[in-house]
Amino acid sequence: MNTEKNSYIFIYSTIMVLVIAAALTVVALQLKPAQENNVRIEKMQNILQSVNISSTPKDAELIYKEKITETFVINNTGVLVENKSAFDINLADELKKEKAEERLFPVFVCTPNKNDSIKYFIVQLRGKGLWGPIWGYMSFNTDLNTVYGCMFDHKGETPGLGAEINTAVFQTQFKGKTIFDENNKFTSIATVKGGAKDNDTHGVDAISGGTITSKGLEQMLYDCLKNYESYFSKNKK
Amino acid sequence: MAQIKNSKLLANPLNLQNPITVQVLGICSSLAVTVQMKPAFVMGLSVTLVTAFSNLIISALRNTIPNRIRIIVQLVVVAALVIIVDQALKAYVYDVWKQLSVFVGLIITNCILMGRLEAFAMGNKPIPSFIDGIGNGLGYSIILLTLAFIRELLGSGSIWGYKVMPPLVYQLGYENNGLMILPPMAVILIGLIIWAQRSWKKELIEK
Repeated sequence: MNTEKNSYIFIYSTIMVLVIAAALTVVALQLKPAQENNVRIEKMQNILQSVNISSTPKDAELIYKEKITETFVINNTGVLVENKSAFDINLADELKKEKAEERLFPVFVCTPNKNDSIKYFIVQLRGKGLWGPIWGYMSFNTDLNTVYGCMFDHKGETPGLGAEINTAVFQTQFKGKTIFDENNKFTSIATVKGGAKDNDTHGVDAISGGTITSKGLEQMLYDCLKNYESYFSKNKK
Repeated sequence: MAQIKNSKLLANPLNLQNPITVQVLGICSSLAVTVQMKPAFVMGLSVTLVTAFSNLIISALRNTIPNRIRIIVQLVVVAALVIIVDQALKAYVYDVWKQLSVFVGLIITNCILMGRLEAFAMGNKPIPSFIDGIGNGLGYSIILLTLAFIRELLGSGSIWGYKVMPPLVYQLGYENNGLMILPPMAVILIGLIIWAQRSWKKELIEK
């Protein structure tokens, strides 16, 4: 057979592409449930990490069910929205909505020890780094002002520089910082170039060489926490 | 070519025809994924599977492939296999998949694959091609694992994620070598491996 004829080449390539497309579709559909489950478990691990509970992919689901005792959804005026699952909210999509009042924000409540009343309120964060999205969770004490813990991660920040935001060294700085000042005005937490002063309760050390990621993180904290501001102000203790 | 024994096809790429140290292919990914042993192992396994099966498929089709679009046909087959591997890793070893990130996708552009397809699979029967693919994949994996072993041991003090350096050593003033974790050290290590191999097998030294 002459394999160099144009008609042969066209037919050959068409069949090849169709066969491979069909095969890939089958594979993708087969593996989708397992992949989605992985993403779900990672989200649980992230939420737990923000209240300083470590977990492995195997036990994350159990620990999550035990420790995260309550979840709810609010809008940007701090009003509870009924019949929404906080876990299934995709913050990236919410932030894209044009009307600010339609955006929904999840809150997760963690009770680390069933027998006492200590609770932590976890909020979700999402923003822009230098190369791509950055995201995270931040937990607050019951005063809804003092940070208890946080986790940040990124899609593709520069290793050794901006990528340092997902290290414990960077994240532990946030513990004990406050987001409201003495006059109850929302101030968020800044990343300070050259290092935050010891008594600065609204600032942490920025990352050397990671200025844009640091600034992006600061912006993310401000923008996302701002959405929770009215809820926090109303429910502060 | 057809006279070469199957056992030779498997053994040659491990040493005398090693894709990384002798053919000097696939250097890019070997620098990137050898900071720890686990991702290096998964990467080696993925490359071995993709090389073996793309060799097999291309070799089986070799008489039907129109010469003018043969590179495209090879690429489509390789790309399909890589996507399958990538999706499977994402489903079953999610944490390793995240570490390997873009490098699984970049297997498509790994020179070892195209090199073997063009040089071997297009002119040989499917079974020898399959074995040749496995051999080259293993040759790649061996170097990857050697690099990862040295880099993880000296850079992080662990092997396969387990701490092996006793705390006593650190108390005596030993420190993990941060340079080991960075790509330049991988280039230097590959250079050292090539040097050692050529001192051992003198016939590899170019005149």
